[in-house]
Amino acid sequence: MSSVDTPAGAEPDSGAVLLRLHEAARVHGSGTAVPVHALNGVSLEVRVGELVAVMGPSGSGKSTLLHLAGGLDTPTSGDVVVDGVSIAGLSVKARAALRRRSVGYVFQDLNLVPALTAVENVMLPRELDGVSTRVARQEARAALTEVGVEELADRFPEEMSGGQQQRVAIARALVGPRRLVLADEPTGALDSLTGEAIMRVLRARVDAGAAGLLVTHDSQHAAWADRVVLLRDGKMAEEAPFTAGFPR
Amino acid sequence: MSVRQSLLAILAEGEQYGYQLRHEFELRTGRTWPINIGQVYTTLNRLVRDGLVEEAGRKDDGSVNYRLTYAGREEVDQWWRSAVDRATPNRDEVAIKVALAATAPGVDAISVVQRQKAETLRVLQGYTKEKRAMPHPAQGDDLARLLVLDSLIFSAEAEARWLDLVEQRLRAR
Repeated sequence: MSSVDTPAGAEPDSGAVLLRLHEAARVHGSGTAVPVHALNGVSLEVRVGELVAVMGPSGSGKSTLLHLAGGLDTPTSGDVVVDGVSIAGLSVKARAALRRRSVGYVFQDLNLVPALTAVENVMLPRELDGVSTRVARQEARAALTEVGVEELADRFPEEMSGGQQQRVAIARALVGPRRLVLADEPTGALDSLTGEAIMRVLRARVDAGAAGLLVTHDSQHAAWADRVVLLRDGKMAEEAPFTAGFPR
Repeated sequence: MSVRQSLLAILAEGEQYGYQLRHEFELRTGRTWPINIGQVYTTLNRLVRDGLVEEAGRKDDGSVNYRLTYAGREEVDQWWRSAVDRATPNRDEVAIKVALAATAPGVDAISVVQRQKAETLRVLQGYTKEKRAMPHPAQGDDLARLLVLDSLIFSAEAEARWLDLVEQRLRAR
């Protein structure tokens, strides 16, 4: 499971662990300063086909968890394994390469490069991967089709609604071999119906063979996940399994 | 009250037998609130007594076909034109239990709140899973169920948020 150069549309190896945190901790400040335990020994796995939601009050460590999961930061103890590669021992440059190769991001807003069209935005990571412009364009169009906005390929971000931009961002996050999407309040700026549509797209992309970590304060959107991880003071308060039973 | 108004509204679409009314009510409200046939006939008898519904004929087996009277039709029109009364809150067992827990000696109110929140989230996930499995976009009876599901989802989400607030207030006291 060291490299995942699966072409788009290939059979996903369901169940493979794409993200593993093992007793991951992040402490800010050392020496004379009082250390701040932003994250305090969190263990978590996200597998292909799984969407895991992270909830918790402000300052509970959600952002730190997302930074570690995406290789933007390294743990002070414990380990974070992204797509089979442990980030703890990696150089800044190697982490950047891992990030680019394995991880896609969707934020609340300002996801897209304003000067590029939708298809160019989605092509960008693939061109950085070194694939030809022609192939990158084909893949980007396919990725846009998968999220239902193929007709917006030549539009600029300012010509799209918020919901359309989020779909393009999801397409870009999972273009090419990328299979881990980290989403930080992706529905935060959207109305209820559009937010639901984005959750539907994210869920469908995960079901089709990706893995997702979703940070949200909205339990309605967290309910689309397979599991909900609740953080409190940098620790995992609970992990609620998705339950099939419910009253009728 | 809602059963009475709902049966009147369905009868406004045409004559129905009691068992048809029950089936139609359940189907049209997403099969969320089952009613027993006894309740349907009790309600129909009251509606007949109040002059809103009348007999339109009988089958050989004795089952009665019902239709609206003019007064019944006016009642339905009035129902559609007015808003449902929200000034009198429904009894909410969760709110009642949490309020009592906060002041009951020897009760760990924060645990009560946390247990309740886990249950509310569990149910919220169940509703969402059902929504995911529905045809999209939903139509007909599926649309009815979807709208009711949305309502249940929003209520559960509101309850979860309220329970968060309760926990913060209890910790701050």
